[in-house]
Amino acid sequence: MLTLAIFIPIIAAVALAVLPRAGRFAPSERSLRGIATIVAAIPLGLLALAWARFQGGGGFEQVESVDWIPTLGIAYRVGLDGLSLPLAAMTALLFVVSIAYPVDFRGRAIPYLALMLFLEGVSIGLFLALDLFLFFVFWDVSLVAMYFLIGAWGHGDAQRSALKFFIYTFAGSLPLLLAILGLYLATDPRTFDMAEIIRQQPLAGAGLYATLVFAGFFIGFAIKTPMVPVHTWLPPAHVDAPGPASAILAGVLLKMGTYGFIRILMSMLPESWAQFAFPIAILAVISIVYGALVALAQTNLKRLIAYTSVNHMGYVMLGLAAAGAAVTGQEAAQAIALTGATVEMVAHGLITGALFLVCGSILTRGGTYEMGAYGGLLGRARSLTGLTALMAFASLGLPGLAGFVAEVQIFAGTLAIYPVLAAIALLGIVLTAAIFLRMLGTMFLGALPEKWRDFPDLGRVEVVTLGTLAAFVLLIGIVPGWLLGVVDSFAGPFVGRP
Amino acid sequence: MNEGAGMVAVVGDVLPEIALVLGGVVVLLYALFAPADRQVGAAVLALVTTASATVLTVAVLADPQKVTFFGTYARDGSALWGKLIVLAATAVTIGLSIPWFRRDPRHGEYYTLLLFASLGAVLLAGATDLKEFLVAMLLSSATGFILSAYHRRSSPSAEAAIKYYLIGALSNSAMLLGVAFLFGLSGGTTLAALETGLPGGLAAVVGVGLVIVGIAFKIGAVPAYMWVPDVAQGAPAPVAAFVTAVPKVGGFIFLARFVLALPDGAVGWEVLVAVLAAATMTLGNLACLWQDDLRRLLGWSAVSQTGYGLMAIVAIGQSDLAVPALLFFLLAYVPANLAAFGVVVELRGRTAITDYAGLARARPLLAGALTTSFLSFIGVPPLSGFVAKLLLFLVAIEVGYTWLAIVAAINTVISIFYYVRVLAPAYFGEMASPVPVLGRTAAWATLASAGALIVTGIVAEPFMAAFRAAALLIR
Repeated sequence: MLTLAIFIPIIAAVALAVLPRAGRFAPSERSLRGIATIVAAIPLGLLALAWARFQGGGGFEQVESVDWIPTLGIAYRVGLDGLSLPLAAMTALLFVVSIAYPVDFRGRAIPYLALMLFLEGVSIGLFLALDLFLFFVFWDVSLVAMYFLIGAWGHGDAQRSALKFFIYTFAGSLPLLLAILGLYLATDPRTFDMAEIIRQQPLAGAGLYATLVFAGFFIGFAIKTPMVPVHTWLPPAHVDAPGPASAILAGVLLKMGTYGFIRILMSMLPESWAQFAFPIAILAVISIVYGALVALAQTNLKRLIAYTSVNHMGYVMLGLAAAGAAVTGQEAAQAIALTGATVEMVAHGLITGALFLVCGSILTRGGTYEMGAYGGLLGRARSLTGLTALMAFASLGLPGLAGFVAEVQIFAGTLAIYPVLAAIALLGIVLTAAIFLRMLGTMFLGALPEKWRDFPDLGRVEVVTLGTLAAFVLLIGIVPGWLLGVVDSFAGPFVGRP
Repeated sequence: MNEGAGMVAVVGDVLPEIALVLGGVVVLLYALFAPADRQVGAAVLALVTTASATVLTVAVLADPQKVTFFGTYARDGSALWGKLIVLAATAVTIGLSIPWFRRDPRHGEYYTLLLFASLGAVLLAGATDLKEFLVAMLLSSATGFILSAYHRRSSPSAEAAIKYYLIGALSNSAMLLGVAFLFGLSGGTTLAALETGLPGGLAAVVGVGLVIVGIAFKIGAVPAYMWVPDVAQGAPAPVAAFVTAVPKVGGFIFLARFVLALPDGAVGWEVLVAVLAAATMTLGNLACLWQDDLRRLLGWSAVSQTGYGLMAIVAIGQSDLAVPALLFFLLAYVPANLAAFGVVVELRGRTAITDYAGLARARPLLAGALTTSFLSFIGVPPLSGFVAKLLLFLVAIEVGYTWLAIVAAINTVISIFYYVRVLAPAYFGEMASPVPVLGRTAAWATLASAGALIVTGIVAEPFMAAFRAAALLIR
């Protein structure tokens, strides 16, 4: 079933790419998008079923595996646990919304939708992969698909941004590959099976060798997350990508980095992680404060949101550093930090995904991302204002919304481990509040400029899709139990909470 | 067993080679007597020849692996798989050549040369004797020179051939000298004699170094790589596809056999090969960076790919995966090279990068083939090139050459830049003029090569299992 969730969109993408040449089949762009949305929704349904069947007893569930290259210990293995299930489900939801979202296809609807569907299958596959080889395959392929999405449907200096994104993240994926190989060589019998490697702990007490492997993984994941100072690919890629691709980039692709931190680095090299937890926490705090400060200085709406992503991913990293730190007797706090970080990944995916989609709508209507060009939109475009404000408040951590649930747990957990760092990181919350309030004030309050007198409000599809995301943000914010329970089934055993 | 029966038995071990010789002769006779408008029949005969040699090779694939022909020729898994790659690549080259040479009234004997060139590569892959190695090298080189100059009235073609010839002559004489050194030192010319009889010392290092220079010429590695970009740019495009790929198969497998025969510690060949690998990949890569001519770029990229392949040689004898890594590298590299040059052939030799803008809309399949080839060169999964690169990195790390793997990784990142410089305009740009193409056989040959990259990448296990079982024998 998980395999279907991965391969139905991929097969549909291939079919879409070859179908029109096979005959006189030429549906309109609208119906193409409709078909693609329905296909994209299939994995969401399948994952919902998987959620219903989820036991939460620790360990991987609903595993499906078949030998691939047994000579090298490579198999196609997928499965889920309390960490990957919420992320995969969030991914599927965000893809449905992003594919349904109206966008200018530039006359190339079919390749666009095919790439999006392909990327959906690949992204879900990455979160469900239980084999390092398979994980890396999905990791690399997602880069290629995103490169074409930014390059062909982006705006501004799209090709340059796409190339920067591709080279930068590929530069991260090669240390990752070397580290995977280094880890593989240490296993006995040699295998790429994640569960088996976690059981073997092949690099326990391996000293310098373990540190080198750690460094390879760390560079690879830190670039993808991204952590300051290797975040510089992110702003241009986000700004120049088309709205839905930005949403996927921020909502899904960044999570691949933090997911890799937990699934691989913290699980397979816990000693090294504990050894470097404090420096990682410092880097995380730098990401939080720096990201927020730079976001505060932006006049471009999309750049602003891009930098708040750096800030939010900093919270995730702070939570992970605390969760993996070498302390004893604080397991409860560490579990809370890990749960918080995971929920933050889901929440950030939904919230920032929605904000980037809003950016796309604003660009379509106003032709610019400069916040100063707008004003007083509250009176003209009520749904736009309402949904943007909701997402902005969620992003700055207003109680009752998803971001709050995540951040309060991260801080509660981190305070027990790194009180000083947690206190500094709180500064980020204050700054984020300032950023979003200023953004809302500039764009939606005040006087409506003359040229926006006919500024159109969100269309029906936009309201429905953004509304869906908003519903989940509220749901997680108000009754988070259904999500926290699943995540906790992973986080508790992970930190060894009795 | 009497002499005669022994002779018959060993002749039975080289049936594919005999098929290539006979086929080459038949093609030549046909070309002599066939009228100008029937010369294409020579191509058909050549295809039949490669097909029969392939069948004869596959027939013995499961037989016991051994060294035959009185200790001079290996019929082991490495040689057989090398042979199959060479024969498949030759068939693809014939497909590319048919439309390219259609207007040439006297091109029948071209296919004879092609068959003999592939025979040279096949013999190299099996050679376990230095004299046999010399014959195979010279056969492969001599045919390569003529093939490169086949456009008799084109000055770039002549220039490429002359550079190829001069560098070849120089490195071949170095190689002769090296073989003489090793013969003198070890008292024999078989690799087995080398393994037991080669003493350490400066003379041995010089001899080994000179032989490696000769092989470096064949595979386009530092220090004898300079011909590659010129031949890639100036030779007839199908020939460029052939000589930048096929002789490498033989050269690499012989190099592996050769270093395996060297006594442990007598000469520090691992370090030498590792340095050559790093220099080759880096140099080829940097030369690609601002290249505006696609064929020249492919030539330089062929150089850098050789550098990656040499990583497998470094691990020969120390890692069980070294031979599989080498064979998989060849399995991935050769079709990628053929597919990229195939696109150039099918587009009638257009070579300025700017002329490829908008290709994706005008000729989506060719753009797809070019993309597949380039992504495989970079090593993007699930293509064949990824499995190859993974294995190469793996063996380098396994035998303690992590620095080499890191150099290769850095080079891979750099390489994205120039491959994307071709691909990005092809997808995001607009085609200015109509796109004439050459013919169906070239298109099929190109697409088959690109398809092979996808298939061998995803269905890697049968090849991995076979390569794992493939021995690399010297006695």
